[in-house]
Amino acid sequence: MDYSQFLALKQEIGLLIVFLLVFLYDTFAGKKSAKGVPVAACLGMLALTVYGFFESGAQATSAFAGMYVGSPVVAAIKNILNVGVLIVLVQSLKWANSEFTAVRRGEFYELILLTLLGMYLMISSRHFLMFIIGLETASLPLCALVAFDKHRYESHEAAIKYVLTAVFSSAILLMGLSFVYALSGTLYYSGIAAMIGSQMGVMLAVALAFVMAGFGFKLSLVPFHLWTADVYQGAPTSVTSYLSVISKGSAAFAFLVVLTQVFGSVYEAAWEWMLYTLIILTITVGNLFAIRQVNMKRFLAFSSISQAGYIMLAIVGHNAMGVSALMFYTLVYIFSNLAAFGVIGAIENATGKVNMTDYNGLYKTNPRLAVTMMLAMFSLAGIPPFAGFFSKFFVFTATLNGTDSVALYVLVLVALINTIISLYYYLLVVKAMFINESEEPIATFRSACSERLGMWVCVAGIIGLGIVSYFYDYLLTVAA
Amino acid sequence: MDITLIWYLVPSLVMFCCGVYGFLTRRNMIAMLISLELMLNAVDINFVVFNRFLFPSSMEGWMFTLFGIAIAAAETALAIAIIINLFRVSKNIDVRDTTKMKN
Repeated sequence: MDYSQFLALKQEIGLLIVFLLVFLYDTFAGKKSAKGVPVAACLGMLALTVYGFFESGAQATSAFAGMYVGSPVVAAIKNILNVGVLIVLVQSLKWANSEFTAVRRGEFYELILLTLLGMYLMISSRHFLMFIIGLETASLPLCALVAFDKHRYESHEAAIKYVLTAVFSSAILLMGLSFVYALSGTLYYSGIAAMIGSQMGVMLAVALAFVMAGFGFKLSLVPFHLWTADVYQGAPTSVTSYLSVISKGSAAFAFLVVLTQVFGSVYEAAWEWMLYTLIILTITVGNLFAIRQVNMKRFLAFSSISQAGYIMLAIVGHNAMGVSALMFYTLVYIFSNLAAFGVIGAIENATGKVNMTDYNGLYKTNPRLAVTMMLAMFSLAGIPPFAGFFSKFFVFTATLNGTDSVALYVLVLVALINTIISLYYYLLVVKAMFINESEEPIATFRSACSERLGMWVCVAGIIGLGIVSYFYDYLLTVAA
Repeated sequence: MDITLIWYLVPSLVMFCCGVYGFLTRRNMIAMLISLELMLNAVDINFVVFNRFLFPSSMEGWMFTLFGIAIAAAETALAIAIIINLFRVSKNIDVRDTTKMKN
């Protein structure tokens, strides 16, 4: 075996180095210097992100007999994830140094970095064994992270729900893969695609249904979404924000790769209609349930379910525009959702309040937080000129690019109508903050320096991505 | 009598269905975890049997099974740890009672 091929895994090695440094620092630091662990983790992640941008021009590489590939597209989605993780880590600084979590703050950063490693492997793999290892490396530490608040009962309840559904979905996914293996005799994506060709059989349909159900659980698509709200509500806010953007973005990209590269040839025969049904259900049900939520974290959970439906819409086109639209949507979604979670986390850290009614009159007491939240909501709803409008626009364009199929137009129409429904509940939050009066509004407070930094970056992303077209152009050239 | 592919596949499928049924109906978390193990083991049987009968010249299915066993063990260890933590907090591991967050 040629050991030099490990060097093809440049980003993974970089991430492992950051992880090991944080781990060693956390293990051997004294009581005083251990306070620097979160900052060290952020700096390490920053270095990795910067390194990733220089690495992104790399040519296509492959290692381990084609099980692992690196290409500009893969590097781009990894960079997007890096940016998101960096913001999550910065936003969590205050929480990590708070009284209850300070003892275990190192673990939080180590586990986050490990899940990111799993997601890297999942995205880069072109073989199902590698894929499953990546998937489990990504989801198991997340279960532990959800249970991070040892003193809160809700955290444990969320963790048990998450771990049971995660294992259940893995088992279903693996069952589907065993059928795929029986059909083709190989686990390479390209090998399977070559073996199944365009023949459509009962076994393949069953296998596809299992695989889609397994992915549906990971991405929390309706009807596999039942765990989402409880887990989002119970988990610590930093973990929830990680779960909602990073975990979802990487799973969506991996889903795209599997569907197009493995099952691309049987698209019309098998999974076209499955995907349509999933998308319509996901967008609609997610929206309708979001309307009646009171808890902000639950509210964002249902909003993220419907956003996942829009991300899936980019897969339908399965062309280069679809890939770039998916990546752009993920990037914009990272900024908008993290801005919202940044505000929620700051308020929760300062006052412990998480309900929408608590936000009444927030503009009078904390105008900056209210404006940040408003920008996030506008971007999530898709109001121009903020980035969310363009991400939705590009997804719809990619779906309808060069097609005259009525079904696709109906699909996009349903998505558009749902955008209007979503506007209603996103604006409910804005109304609560700006118009509603409150007897006892949240007192004026100054959020921590790290939280403000995270929110500034998010706001810059929301506005910048909407105005500057460079990023989308870049993603489009990469995907082509 | 020859033992053919179907003699292995039917038990594996029965195991998988028992696992799904158990996961959906049992209310004790440990019992749910056992059901999940049944499902994962059914998958392992599938992989080994398909490899042995359909593609005896390669080893991909066997290798997958080995990794699958390791992953299943890791998942169980984690789930048990979380269940123990939950029990410490609430003295109860019945899923009917872990519904505090429903509103």
